[in-house]
Amino acid sequence: MRRKHKVQRILKMVFCCCIYLFLFLPIIVIVVNSFNATTKKPYLSWKGFTLSWYMKLFQNEELLSSFGMTLSIAVLSTILAVIIGSIAAVGMYKYKFKGKALIDGLLYIPVVIPEIVLGISLLTIFSKAGIPRGLLTLVLAHATFSIPFVVFNVRARLSGYDNSIEEASMDLGANRIHTFLHITLPVLAPGIGGGALMAFTLSIDDVIISYFTNGQVKTFPLKVMDSIKSGVAPDVNAFSTLILIGTTLLVVLTQSGIFRKNNKERG
Amino acid sequence: MKDEIIVKVNQVNKIYGMNHVVKDLNLSVKQGEFLTLLGSSGCGKTTTLRMIAGFEEATSGSILVEGEPVENKEPFERNVNTVFQSYALFPHMTIFDNIAYGLKVKKFKKSEIKEKVSQMLSLVQLEGFEKRYPRQLSGGQKQRVAIARALINNPKVLLLDEPLGALDLKLRKQMQLELKELQSRLGITFLYVTHDQEEALTMSDRIGIMHDGILEQLATPREIYEKPATRFIATFIGETNIFDGRIETVEGDFAKVLLENGSVIGKGEGFVKDELISVSIRPEKLKYSMEPVEGFELNGYVKSYIYVGSVIKAIIVLPNGYEIKLERLASELLPEIGSRVFPYWEVADSVLIHSFDQTFYRAVEDIQYG
Repeated sequence: MRRKHKVQRILKMVFCCCIYLFLFLPIIVIVVNSFNATTKKPYLSWKGFTLSWYMKLFQNEELLSSFGMTLSIAVLSTILAVIIGSIAAVGMYKYKFKGKALIDGLLYIPVVIPEIVLGISLLTIFSKAGIPRGLLTLVLAHATFSIPFVVFNVRARLSGYDNSIEEASMDLGANRIHTFLHITLPVLAPGIGGGALMAFTLSIDDVIISYFTNGQVKTFPLKVMDSIKSGVAPDVNAFSTLILIGTTLLVVLTQSGIFRKNNKERG
Repeated sequence: MKDEIIVKVNQVNKIYGMNHVVKDLNLSVKQGEFLTLLGSSGCGKTTTLRMIAGFEEATSGSILVEGEPVENKEPFERNVNTVFQSYALFPHMTIFDNIAYGLKVKKFKKSEIKEKVSQMLSLVQLEGFEKRYPRQLSGGQKQRVAIARALINNPKVLLLDEPLGALDLKLRKQMQLELKELQSRLGITFLYVTHDQEEALTMSDRIGIMHDGILEQLATPREIYEKPATRFIATFIGETNIFDGRIETVEGDFAKVLLENGSVIGKGEGFVKDELISVSIRPEKLKYSMEPVEGFELNGYVKSYIYVGSVIKAIIVLPNGYEIKLERLASELLPEIGSRVFPYWEVADSVLIHSFDQTFYRAVEDIQYG
């Protein structure tokens, strides 16, 4: 019996390792390739270690400015999506009105329809409305597909939300604005933050919808798409590695923050 | 206790769509008293409390706190504080910040806040909990924080909406005594809402019993138990035996009542011949004899006994199948099951109740229009 257990355990380990290998191998390839000294397309054979791609990257102003553009679109569209999405979530949680179930269901549509359909329809609307495609249309488009995710996140937070804490606040002498700023908002903040983070990442790596609504503006993912027509350029690998490090750090920071809080709870 | 009225509820109605939740409610809460609104869920007691706190608007009528009408005042402008059933502690704040909230809103000095919070913490025996968060507290501790958070504002009236409802029985009993003790020490008026009759009897100076949106009786616990005003109250508070009948003759405070099963004598004022009434008699006051008793034409047989610790309950079946309950000390020698007995009571122990009370009228209305 004991031996059987041991075999089972080893099999489980191997299986888990395979899954993680499958998940992380592509990332490892990118990271390794960003240090590859080869200069021959398609930049695949290993020719020794170099940091030159990183140097080159910081001279590639087009790539850098496209990343700046992506960041500003992400920030703007996130702000827009968070405001609209949070208000929608709170409104749908607190009030009863006709057609609530319908609106609720409609929220899932932008999430499940193929992005290409959303892209085409946004393009049609923008051109019919005569809005020149560029930064504005990108921000609007990104906000459009981000709003449902903000709503879902805030609503998840609301499901454990006790309405009477707002009443308690007013009962203790706080007016509506004070109550909103000191009670409602802080309690919902984790949900809003989660929604914002999701909206932000969705915006940063969006390709398809951006492709339809960008006009002359080149976002970072679009720039990358352009440059890989002849194999992934190592400076793109380098940039990806930097982004990877950045996001990993972010995740580690937020996670460790949560752990700290949990420890405090136990104490 | 001073007889000054601190909260006055005047002819208040509350209607939600088709639901008439509170009907023509009149209620005067005296300064410093512990008044409980008691009733089963949906009787309008919580709605009444919420109207006083300002969370609900009365459909008609007026509410006065310290003689001043408050209908047009927001909850944050009223000098009353509420303890919620769910505690409603602010989850993102420490216990200190929770309790200090009211004072911070009113922009008290930091040193003063600190002093008052520590006073409150010692009042509710939670010293040393300042830095904890609500999720780290047990139900009873949360309840204490909720009370401290409300009391720190020095309210004229503290409104408590089933504050012990979420606690287990043992803790609830302990908190009942603590609350009562706190109230009499501080002298703050408590308006308490509960569906637990024992809780109401234990703590209250006066109890108002609500049924279907109507305040049926407002009296001391003793009066309510001994002189229930309506048939509903007689059955709601404690156990009782109800005999429905018609008054045959009236002699002073005594009335001979004709029942389906015979006739009995009951005590009560303001009753007239031929009136339909109910007689209520508590199981511990109900007696039996092996011989017929003068004034009572009532007989039955012993169906079963139930031992309940110190007392024993006898179920007696009347000829029409109606069962009545009788309580005796377990040490007593009791007739065998199946024996024929003659139930009776000391006339002073019985309570006559008008059948034509509001409940009855409503029932008639419901039949006609419902």
